[in-house]
Amino acid sequence: MLCVKVKIISNKKISQKYFKIGLEAPAIAKEALPGQFIMARLNNGYEPLLRRPFSIHRVKGQGLRVKGEIEILYEVVGEGTEILSQKKYGEYLDIIGPLGKGFDYPLPLTPYPLLVAGGMGVAPLVFLAEEIKKCQSVKVSKCQTLVLIGARTENQILCEKEFKNLGYNVKIATDDGSHGFKGRVTELLEKHLRSTKHEARSTIYACGPKPMLKEVAKISFEHKIPAQISLEEYMACGIGACLGCAVETKSGYQRVCREGPVFDTKELLL
Amino acid sequence: MKTSVFLGSVRLKNPVLAASGTFGYAEEFKDLVKLDALGAILTKTITLKPCKGNPPPRIVETPSGMLNSIGLENDGVKNFIAEKLPYLKKLKTQTIVSIAGDSTEDYAELAKRLNDAGVSALELNLSCPNIKVLKSQSIKESKLISQNAKATYEVVKAVRKSTKVAIIAKLTPNVTDISLIAQAAEDAGADSVSLVNTFLAMSIDVNTRRPRLGNITGGLSGPAIKPIALRMVWETAKAVKIPVIGIGGIMAADDALEFIIAGATAVEVGTANFINPRAGIEIIDGIKDYMRKNKIKDIKELVGSLKTWQN
Repeated sequence: MLCVKVKIISNKKISQKYFKIGLEAPAIAKEALPGQFIMARLNNGYEPLLRRPFSIHRVKGQGLRVKGEIEILYEVVGEGTEILSQKKYGEYLDIIGPLGKGFDYPLPLTPYPLLVAGGMGVAPLVFLAEEIKKCQSVKVSKCQTLVLIGARTENQILCEKEFKNLGYNVKIATDDGSHGFKGRVTELLEKHLRSTKHEARSTIYACGPKPMLKEVAKISFEHKIPAQISLEEYMACGIGACLGCAVETKSGYQRVCREGPVFDTKELLL
Repeated sequence: MKTSVFLGSVRLKNPVLAASGTFGYAEEFKDLVKLDALGAILTKTITLKPCKGNPPPRIVETPSGMLNSIGLENDGVKNFIAEKLPYLKKLKTQTIVSIAGDSTEDYAELAKRLNDAGVSALELNLSCPNIKVLKSQSIKESKLISQNAKATYEVVKAVRKSTKVAIIAKLTPNVTDISLIAQAAEDAGADSVSLVNTFLAMSIDVNTRRPRLGNITGGLSGPAIKPIALRMVWETAKAVKIPVIGIGGIMAADDALEFIIAGATAVEVGTANFINPRAGIEIIDGIKDYMRKNKIKDIKELVGSLKTWQN
């Protein structure tokens, strides 16, 4: 865990209110694991006051021309992210990271990962997908990854291409049916589990809004398959000190920033 | 240049402390901060029995501030002594343990056990706005101890009897005249008073018409409360002889200096730790720069050096 001022190497709008920012952060890139996050200070003044958490979306390791970068995918939803969207190449961002406990992978007994994303929930799953790919080529050659992405409407679907480029099968669900399956991504998940031969050997990795994650947890119990979900909660420090981001689990309150943000659905009381 | 200060029997190498509840048990910050450079570290408040804390959401940001309703979540004193204290003892800075109880007896018992565990100073949290229960001879209704001078006296006195370590009484600002409460703590034998704890406050989401905190109300901290806290510290410093520790929205060296000039012997940095883990260290450096520039040899010269319009 480091607190560093890192150079912004890109900050691009990808569609509507969605942006992608690239940060030159070799030390963090080296340490980061899928599912971990950073806390970014978006303003030197007092508005907004607190840092904001962002999932690590992608990592580019150190190479010939690359110094070690991390990418953050974000949606402009308020004052803080509005400020972030106006930052330019060459400016610096004060970040703490990598933070939290990420996804547990690969699981040799359940080599069929099901990545389920709702809206902005794709952010940490792209990093996970890339890392699963690396494991697959070495260890679990037979494993197949399926990606399910849900969004309200067609132009809010994020990262379809990134997952496809990894050679993964991608299925889309939109609330209005403008692209792919009409309905919730969790209905799509349910449908898949009913039809697949590999149900017993699947693991769900999900990130998205809370109602969706609750549904994912329910499905994981009904089908008796493991599910890891990445939670979001208001947090002040991000490093386990303030106890602000508590989530109720079977063993009492746990910190989303430290014991999470990724939790096994079996542990949670949602 | 001398920056050391005394809080009763405890000597601090400088007057900048990490405030309770904002610094965990220090270990959380070890990768980010030179812990030994701080004047002292105040632990998260410890209770006799483990305390579950309040339902989420527990944090919400407000203009230049934040509300929290953590509810003193901790694993209890036994676990603290076994799991957290050994690390804190290894540090080359003072550890001050914050304690809270449901009754006068709880405070006395906690003080005794921590005294025996080798702790050199205690801060009595008489002011957490997120817990309701209180039983004391002086208060029958649900109130904070430091909202009542008699109860404050009673608790401080009981702790004084059960321990020799330095006692800091941490006071709530949710009162009409905080200096009267500070005097009661002083009369009961407190070595210093620290103020202010957070202001009882709330925030509502107009779309859902629900409170933004699971506990409905919480405590306001951060830059938003600094001017009120400063006024209270100024009033209290005039009313008591024991050292006053200033707390409330201190983000930078100038904020700390304001409190010191108003009469604070030391300051606690709280909310700032979340935003900038190095805030405490930067404030110490800033105070030293100020002393150098203004040719101040001893920090004591600054304490209460406020000039009025008459002089």
